[in-house]
Amino acid sequence: MANLRVPVGPTDHAQGPADAPVTLVEYGDYECPHCRHAHTIVKALQKRFGSQLRFVFRNFPLREIHPNAEAAAETAEFAATQDKFWEMHDRIFEKQQDLSDELLLDLAKRLKLDAQELARALETGEFAERVKKDFSEGVRSGVNGTPTFFINGQRHDADFELDTLVRAITEASM
Amino acid sequence: MSKILPAGTPAPDFTLHVTPDQTLSLKELRGRPVILAFYPADWSPVCGDQMALYNEVLPEFHRFNAELVGISVDGVWCHAAFSRDRNLHFPLLADFEPKGAVAKLYQAFRDGDGFSERALFVIDKNGTIAWSYVSPVAVNPGADGILEALENLPK
Repeated sequence: MANLRVPVGPTDHAQGPADAPVTLVEYGDYECPHCRHAHTIVKALQKRFGSQLRFVFRNFPLREIHPNAEAAAETAEFAATQDKFWEMHDRIFEKQQDLSDELLLDLAKRLKLDAQELARALETGEFAERVKKDFSEGVRSGVNGTPTFFINGQRHDADFELDTLVRAITEASM
Repeated sequence: MSKILPAGTPAPDFTLHVTPDQTLSLKELRGRPVILAFYPADWSPVCGDQMALYNEVLPEFHRFNAELVGISVDGVWCHAAFSRDRNLHFPLLADFEPKGAVAKLYQAFRDGDGFSERALFVIDKNGTIAWSYVSPVAVNPGADGILEALENLPK
């Protein structure tokens, strides 16, 4: 059974209390349709478990099959520097089918972020290292595709439909 | 699950088609570590399947000077289409005729199913299996075990 090698820490993007009994970590790709589906599942889990669940998202862009995934991940990281990671995260998934550089810049504008600054950051790869770090650590933890979930540090090998995850999270919280 | 060839076993040599008019023999790769990744079939219906994942991790494998080859019972034309679709940057070998012969050599063939296990072998530069692993057929084994095995190879 694969285990999360890098514990959740201060540089992670997390929702929910740090002392929640269950921490769910997702390694995901903004251009992956399965991750788009998982996004709605995670929302439902958060609603259901409330403060009992902490959710963490880490980047795992599969760049060879998803040409926009890297730029999307870097855009979310850019938004994070201005405390808007989750707003950007949600919007990118909602607009997944139209994903392009133009869309990312447009989303930045809508969130009142500096689109020119984002364009420059994408150009220079300012957040590429951060994304790469997530990716490499994910590989070492046994991430084997997207999305890959870890529940309290253990890789979740079953499917990621709502019922399955509810069961797994409930078990982990006991 | 099969009992695949264990660490310490000399890796059986083989020659398979890598494209319709080219073959690759294991012994041609002697002198550097080789990762043999047996997998059931091209076109598994998920994003980031095993081969797509390894494609992304390729730079890390190359840091160890290791060569990665994927092997399944699919034919060369199927491999060519799959490889093009997924933008793969490593060879896929066709264990096609006689079907699964190489998987059988490595004791990684699933009789009855007609395809191989998800079996991984890291072969050292002298041609000896340094690490092997078989994953349940429905579970993509990821790349962490391979990287650890490469790290543990004697320099």
